[in-house]
Amino acid sequence: MVKFTEDKMKEVQSMIDRYPEGKQKSALIPLLHLAQQEFGGWLSAETMDYVASLLSIEPIEVYEVATFYSMFNLQPVGKHVFEVCQTGPCMLNGSDQIIDYIKQRLNIGVGETTADGMFTLKTVECLGACGYAPMMQLGMHYREHLTKTKVDEIIEECRNKQ
Amino acid sequence: MAKKLLLEKAHVEGIRYFDVYRREGGYQAVEKALKMAPNDVVEEVKKSGLRGRGGAGFATGLKWSFLAKPEGVPRYLVCNADESEPGTFKDRYLMEFIPHLLIEGLVVASYALGSNRTYIYIRGEYAWIVAILEQAIAEAKQNGFLGKNILGTGFDCEIYVQRGAGAYICGEETALIESLEGKRGNPRIKPPFPAIKGLWGCPTVVNNVETLAAVVPIMNLGGEEYAKIGVGRSTGTKLISACGNINKPGVYEIDMTISVEEFIYSDEYCGGIANGKRLKACIPGGSSVPILPANLLLKTAKGETRYMNYESLSDGGFATGSMMGSGGFIVLDEDQCVVRHTLTLARFYRHESCGQCSPCREGTGWMEKILQKIENGDGVKTDIDLLWDIQRKIEGNTICPLGDAAAWPVAAAIRHFRDEFEWHVNNRELCRKQNYGLAHYADEIHVPA
Repeated sequence: MVKFTEDKMKEVQSMIDRYPEGKQKSALIPLLHLAQQEFGGWLSAETMDYVASLLSIEPIEVYEVATFYSMFNLQPVGKHVFEVCQTGPCMLNGSDQIIDYIKQRLNIGVGETTADGMFTLKTVECLGACGYAPMMQLGMHYREHLTKTKVDEIIEECRNKQ
Repeated sequence: MAKKLLLEKAHVEGIRYFDVYRREGGYQAVEKALKMAPNDVVEEVKKSGLRGRGGAGFATGLKWSFLAKPEGVPRYLVCNADESEPGTFKDRYLMEFIPHLLIEGLVVASYALGSNRTYIYIRGEYAWIVAILEQAIAEAKQNGFLGKNILGTGFDCEIYVQRGAGAYICGEETALIESLEGKRGNPRIKPPFPAIKGLWGCPTVVNNVETLAAVVPIMNLGGEEYAKIGVGRSTGTKLISACGNINKPGVYEIDMTISVEEFIYSDEYCGGIANGKRLKACIPGGSSVPILPANLLLKTAKGETRYMNYESLSDGGFATGSMMGSGGFIVLDEDQCVVRHTLTLARFYRHESCGQCSPCREGTGWMEKILQKIENGDGVKTDIDLLWDIQRKIEGNTICPLGDAAAWPVAAAIRHFRDEFEWHVNNRELCRKQNYGLAHYADEIHVPA
């Protein structure tokens, strides 16, 4: 069953306390981030219903938000998600080649996860790192100035985290 | 060296922390402002001539003066840190390196506007910056510059950081407000404007990060002194995030009197085109503004030098000019294909359209498909006219400016680089093999020694 620990519930309460009384729905996006992080990297229907119950709102209010924002995963993803930017400024600096290289290295296409459940490859639109292109987001951080060698190192680093 | 008002101290060791920031003169703007009447602070900002740094360039003081002040209704200040315009990464830089500057500006602005509860809405991907801002907020609070009864004046203010979750549209102020209310980022129909009916139906001001940070030097110098920096209606300094095919990509603070040519070729800024190549084109103000070929970028249609300021960059309108926008400066070298680059932008806008208005929801998808077809070598001549027709039917026909923002890059690409589109449809085999466009667009230009 999906349920936040007592510690996380304190975090949930502090998120709700940021808004005036009765405006607890504003905590929805922060709560979905927390839920995604705590419950396996994606939002199942069960997780979304649970979040709805915490905020005393209807489940549909959660679904419509979860489906709108690109950072919420509605399907299971790999342990490490490579989110590679492909917008103009990154493209000018060779992001297409980086994406091709990752595909080849991990033997998956965009939107796919490796058979061992380790890696997912996603393409994303501009993440605000245009001066440090090409780049990708990995978890909470950016990896910038990507080269093939750097991609190799990142894959190695992720594998070693096992 | 140009005068720096925002980033001067950004690289002092430890400036992220309160003690160092304070030692370097930080929070004097708060001390000064809180001795004044709130309306006088608004007047100073009006006098400074500060224009919104998010992209639209609307006068900040004027925007503040529109804020409704009904009795017994809370007012809100919201900082727009949803920086998502391709080519733009200046707010990230400012928040990452000198977070207290934003917090200081927010305290002053909150006081001026009477906001006791202020929110920073930051794009979800800037996850690590949330911790940096929250640390700065906690420090400011410990030191009495935030929280209850600030500096004993009786003014209370709390600042909270709200993370978005990946949606460019939330940079539009009413979409941002919707998102902050826990909803999809669908822009609202205006009027009513947020100044009358914004967050939770209350009067609200939404300002960009850089705009709010600029309030600090305005208070320190005084509005009139601030207005003396820069030129004409482009007062103060502007952060430019430069990227693409240049030697020194990064964030630069400029006073708006330098020429575009100096900005691109001087070692103080971009350091010239990378790999010894020639300049082909540039999008000077974030992906939404018109692309300009090298000759029109460096000189206006009248043959005058073009400068890095609001007026000069827009000289000639959309026919031969562009816009300052967000300051996202994207440079393309001679080997880059304008069709391909425009395709990535069209894909971006299709991905980011909220889907409320048909012209934008459908039109952005059509534009992407046609551009993809042309780029793939499957295009026909009528596709170019079709593309032109679609962008024209999006522009001005949507609730929010995302439709315009999607239409303009396509329109400008066709306007200035029609030959390149034609080359694609006339050389279908060739453009399947090579990913670059026509190098001859890089007109011979004067490069300073």
